[in-house]
Parts: sequence; structure tokens; C-alpha cells
Amino acid sequence: MPILEVRRLKKYFPVLGGVFLRRTGWVYAVDDVSFFVKKGETFGLVGESGCGKTTLGRCIMGLYDMTSGSVRVQDSSISKLTPAQKKSLSTHLQMIFQDPYESLDSRQTVRQILEEKYIIHGKARNDLSVVIGQLLENVGLSRDCLSRYPHEFSGGQRQRIGIARAVSMNPEIIICDEPVSALDVSVQSKILNLLLELQKTMGLTYVFISHDLSVVRHMSDRIGVMYLGKIVEMADASTIYNNARHPYTRALLSAVPLPDPDARKKRIVLTGEVPSVENPPPGCRFHTRCPHADVICQESEPLLLDREKDSGHVAACHFF
Amino acid sequence: MKKDVVLEVRDLVVAFDTDQGRVRAVDGVGFELKKGSILGIAGESGCGKSVTALSIIRLLPRPVSSILAGQVLFQGKNLLTTPIRQMHKIRGRKIAMIFQEPMTALNPVHSVERQMKEVFELHFPRLTAVSVRDRSLEMLTRVGIPDPGQVLKKYPHQLSGGIRQRVMIAMALSCEPDILIADEPTTALDVTVQAQILELIKALKEKSGMSIILITHDLGVIAENCDQVVVMYAGRIAETADVRSLFKNPLHPYTKGLLASIVSRAEISKTVLPTIEGNVPSLSNMPAGCRFAQRCPFVKQICLHVTPGEVPAGKGRTAACHLINEEPE
Ligand SMILES: Nc1ncnc2c1ncn2[C@@H]1O[C@H](COP(=O)(O)OP(=O)(O)O)[C@@H](O)[C@H]1O
Ligand SMILES: Nc1ncnc2c1ncn2[C@@H]1O[C@H](COP(=O)(O)OP(=O)(O)O)[C@@H](O)[C@H]1O
Ligand SMILES: [Mg+2]
Ligand SMILES: [Mg+2]
Repeated sequence: MPILEVRRLKKYFPVLGGVFLRRTGWVYAVDDVSFFVKKGETFGLVGESGCGKTTLGRCIMGLYDMTSGSVRVQDSSISKLTPAQKKSLSTHLQMIFQDPYESLDSRQTVRQILEEKYIIHGKARNDLSVVIGQLLENVGLSRDCLSRYPHEFSGGQRQRIGIARAVSMNPEIIICDEPVSALDVSVQSKILNLLLELQKTMGLTYVFISHDLSVVRHMSDRIGVMYLGKIVEMADASTIYNNARHPYTRALLSAVPLPDPDARKKRIVLTGEVPSVENPPPGCRFHTRCPHADVICQESEPLLLDREKDSGHVAACHFF
Repeated sequence: MKKDVVLEVRDLVVAFDTDQGRVRAVDGVGFELKKGSILGIAGESGCGKSVTALSIIRLLPRPVSSILAGQVLFQGKNLLTTPIRQMHKIRGRKIAMIFQEPMTALNPVHSVERQMKEVFELHFPRLTAVSVRDRSLEMLTRVGIPDPGQVLKKYPHQLSGGIRQRVMIAMALSCEPDILIADEPTTALDVTVQAQILELIKALKEKSGMSIILITHDLGVIAENCDQVVVMYAGRIAETADVRSLFKNPLHPYTKGLLASIVSRAEISKTVLPTIEGNVPSLSNMPAGCRFAQRCPFVKQICLHVTPGEVPAGKGRTAACHLINEEPE
């Protein structure tokens, strides 16, 4: 049984306007998304900014109330939990954020930042210092850092502190939301190595969110590609990279510049602007930018379908 | 200055006055921009790319910064000693710059039309109002904006990131400059939009024959767009090379480490990526000798004491590394 299952999840934000701030519309941030993640696996979510990745992550964490749909972690369905159950579930489910600058409270020392969770969950022990010191070493920082403040660290080090906080409760699942996007290349590789090592030693399951296809490919076993609130293609990582079906996935892959001058390639350069999620195009949401779009694409929304039976490779396209 | 070179930077030293005292953010940087080519400046954040670019057009923040030494040679003049009034004429007209965040270059309280008009009026005071408008529309069309008439009326915040970047490029190119300096022009954009903008810049270059300095931390962007590359580390140049040699055969240990650590170069997923030991030293606490020495897997005694000069390393390449001195190519 999958350790995490997201079913038909929708999250719409109201758009308020006018003098009385009445609702004038909806932002369809996540619109009917389903996927599952097996224990110990990494599920990658990739797509351009605004496509709903962060919103989806926050819904799974229970930080946003879903508009509809369900999220099941192990045996429990998130929306049906009492507050106490939610609290205990939250030890199983943790999140790492993109911005290591904003996600740490600048007035707290590293010790206070890391102790907080133990105290909230009633796990404060006499030897907490020792436990936290070990935790820091596990993420590649020295124990001397305990009394220092976040601003005294580099971006990469701050992300290590964020990771230490996330793994401190021995979670089952970690939602990593763009964990290396704010970091330089040489720092990125170190953080990715750390996440892979922790996954191995702690048996962690990751939902790995990024707009960077190279990063998602390196980290993931299976990948979902999002466009305007929907998953448009999903398959195991190598299939996405070698046999993508959806024209959006292919355009996205072809747009990534490779660090190899001999690989300069003929790009699929998309025309047109990304439509707004407030007013998504009818039919297939990608049809306004799709090089293959036809009449049917404007009229009917393609379903996420498997071309071969049970291959696990699904795409939402009328043609491919 | 060689004949095919449109801009040459020599031994540029830029200092900032900070709480920790005076630090050298750029320390002896030099390179040549060949006519009609794209020169890439690569390196991780804080290594001095933007400071170098801003020095060229004399837009460094004052009074905290000062240019302590160096020359920027352009059309027989040293721009660093050119009177500021003449610089106003060169800036925009001969050398234009675009930035990562278009909002820094665009004025939020004026419409696109008014801002484009100002550019034309500054550099071509004799143009009539009608031809200014025609030229503005033409420029917006050239950068691939579908409804230029509409965009002219808009204010910057009413435009998407991609369109804003196009407007800034249109303004930068409206005077047909000889040189375009693009500082992380696509870093804030999505990859599909990045691809559009880079294609656009290259197409405009082919038409006009202008030369480009393309600054980016993204080595993929460097590999796919540049002819020559300068790799910077901690305020100095580590290595310069043509783009193919750089990626095929990096010479400086920093470049080697940087290229190896790129995720997309990894053959097999979920394997340990190569990394560079340690962190970039801070400007206020730069080690003596080679600034990369503490992190270098090949470090020798001499590296800790003597600053390596940039030595020729064949095929027009240079590398600032003592190890290259030992074994010339
Ligand atoms: N709290 C919120 N209120 C209203 N709209 C939101 C909120 N959070 C996100 N959105 C909108 O939802 C869409 C998806 O955003 P997000 O999930 O942050 O995308 P991503 O993480 O893929 O960049 C965007 O259009 C964004 O503007
Ligand atoms: N206004 C400033 N005051 C003090 N230091 C600065 C200022 N601007 C830049 N620096 C320093 O100069 C160095 C180079 O910065 P910059 O050229 O912006 O780097 P990048 O390569 O990321 O463009 C950095 O270490 C930065 O801290
Ligand atoms: Mg996000
Ligand atoms: Mg910069």
C-alpha cells in the first residue's frame, strides 16, 4: 500500500474584488490532482512557477484546507483528523522550504530552533543537547553552531538547519519544496547529497518539488509534470526524460540549457504567454501554447490516460 | 587594443567600504570582448560579476564603492576616466545594459510609452513625436510582443515577467548599441520563457552585429549561448577560454569542481554528486595566495603564499593556477 495517497485534490483560492471585497472569481491553484507515493520512494513534482506545486505541498501538509479531495498518510485521512491526531501525524510528515532565509526565525538560536519541535511534541529529554548536537552533525554542521543565529550562516548552511529541523522527529515523509533553488550550483550538489544520504539511512519518503528538471530527475523515482494546476503527465523518471508524451513535457525538457556546447539543440520554443490560473483556457489548458493543438483541444479536456495497459505512464493529451 | 576587440577591461580593481573595512570585490579582472561575439561571465553569487559589469558603464553604487585601478577601453577611450557627462551619452546609446529584475530598470510610475520616449529623446532629440511612437512600436514588435499598442499604454506592474523583460530589452536595444551587457537576464524567468528570451537576444545580435557580455551563474546558459567564457572566483578570474575548450577540458581546479558538481551532468540518478570542499571565503577575510587554495584538491605549498597570475594556456586560453605554470600545454 502506498504511504501517501492524494486523491482528486482541489484547492481554489477566492479572488476578492470591488469595494466590498466580494469574491469575483477563483484561482484554480490545484485542480483535481491525484497521485500516490510508495514508502522509501521519491515522487518528483515539476512545473513552472505558479502551476500549483507549493499549494499542493501545503495541502498535503494540512497547512491549507483543501477545497475538495483527500490526502491519506499511512492509514489516516488528513481531513478527518481531530486536532490531537493531526499533531501526532505531523511528526510523520515534515516540510523543507525553498527559502532558508525566511523559514528560520531570525531571533532564535539554532538550539532554540531545533528544540522547539521536541518541546511541542512533548519529547524534551534531559539529554536534548546531546541529541541536537548529533542531529547537527548528521546534517554536516558542527555542534559549535548551536548558540549562533541564522544570519550568521550561509544559504547552504541555513538549508542544513532547515533539514535538521525536518528530520528531528524521525518523520516518514518529507515534502521538499524547492530545497536547492536559492542555492549556488556547488552548494546545491552538497544539499542534494545530504538529502539522498538521509533518505537511505532513515528510510525517508520524499515528495520533491522543483521547477528545475535536472534536479528533479536526479532525485526522483517517479515524476509528475504540472501545468496550470493539473498533472499533465506522470511516469517513472527515466520515462519522463526519454519518452515523454505530452507536448508540454517535451517543450519543458527541450528548454533546459545543457552544460555541453556540443549539445546545442533545436529547441521547441513555445510561443505565447502562460495563461492565468484565474482564467484557464477551456479544453486542454495547454492548447494556447501547444504546437500540435487542434479544434478538439479547445473543446474537450483530455484525461490523464495510460496508452498501454498498466504501464504507469499517463499523459493528458488528445494526440500523444 | 586588437582590431577585432570592441571592449577591453584591464586590471580592474573595485573596492567597497563596509563595516569590516575596505574590501576588494573585484581584484585585477581583465578580458576582451570580440566584435559580434558573446562573452560569458560565469561564477557563483558574490564572485564579482555584477560589480564588473557596473564598473564598465560606471553605475557602481556611490559612495560606498571606488574603482582603485584599471582601464575600460572602448573606441579609443578609457571609460573609467571619461567625464560623467560623456558617459551619459555612451550609456544606452553605445553600451546598453539589462538586468535580472526588469523592475530595477523600469520606472514603476510611468507607462511603457513614456519610458521609451525618454530613451529616444535623450539620444535622438531631433525625432518627431510620431516617429518616436513608430520606433517604439517597431522595437516592441521586434522583441516579439504580440500587441505592442496595448503594451505601450501599460505600467510595468501590469505586465508579466516575460513581457517586462522584453520591454527592457526593447528599450536597451532601441538605440542600436554596439555592446549589450546582460546581467542574469533570464534568471528570474521560467525555462520556457528563458529559452524565448535567449533566442531573441541571439537573433537581434545576428541582425545588428552587436557584441554581448552575458553574465550568468547558469553554466547551461553559458554553454549554449557564449563564444568565449570568463570564469570568476572570489573577485578574480580563474580561467578564460573558448566555450568548447572550457567544457571539454577545464584547466582551473575551481572550474573542474564546478562543472563536475552540476546535477545534469550526473549519469545515474540518485547517486552521490561530486562536490567542492568548504565554502567561498568572505571578502573581509580573504586568504593570502590563491583564493581557491583552501578548497583545492591539488593545493601545493606555493598556492598558500603566492597569488597565481593569469598564465597563457594555449589556444588563447588563460588560467590563474600555479599548477598550470608547471606544465605548459
Ligand atoms: N494564499 C494564496 N492566496 C491566493 N492565491 C494563491 C495563494 N497561494 C498561491 N496562490 C496562487 O495559486 C497559484 C499557484 O501558486 P503556487 O502553488 O505557489 O505555485 P508554484 O509553487 O508552482 O510556483 C498561483 O497563481 C498563485 O498566485
Ligand atoms: N553595495 C555594496 N556594498 C558592499 N559590498 C557589496 C556591494 N555590492 C556588492 N558588494 C560585494 O561585492 C561582491 C561582488 O558582488 P556582485 O558583483 O554583485 O556578485 P555577483 O557575482 O553575484 O554578481 C560581493 O561579495 C558583494 O557582497
Ligand atoms: Mg512554489
Ligand atoms: Mg550579480
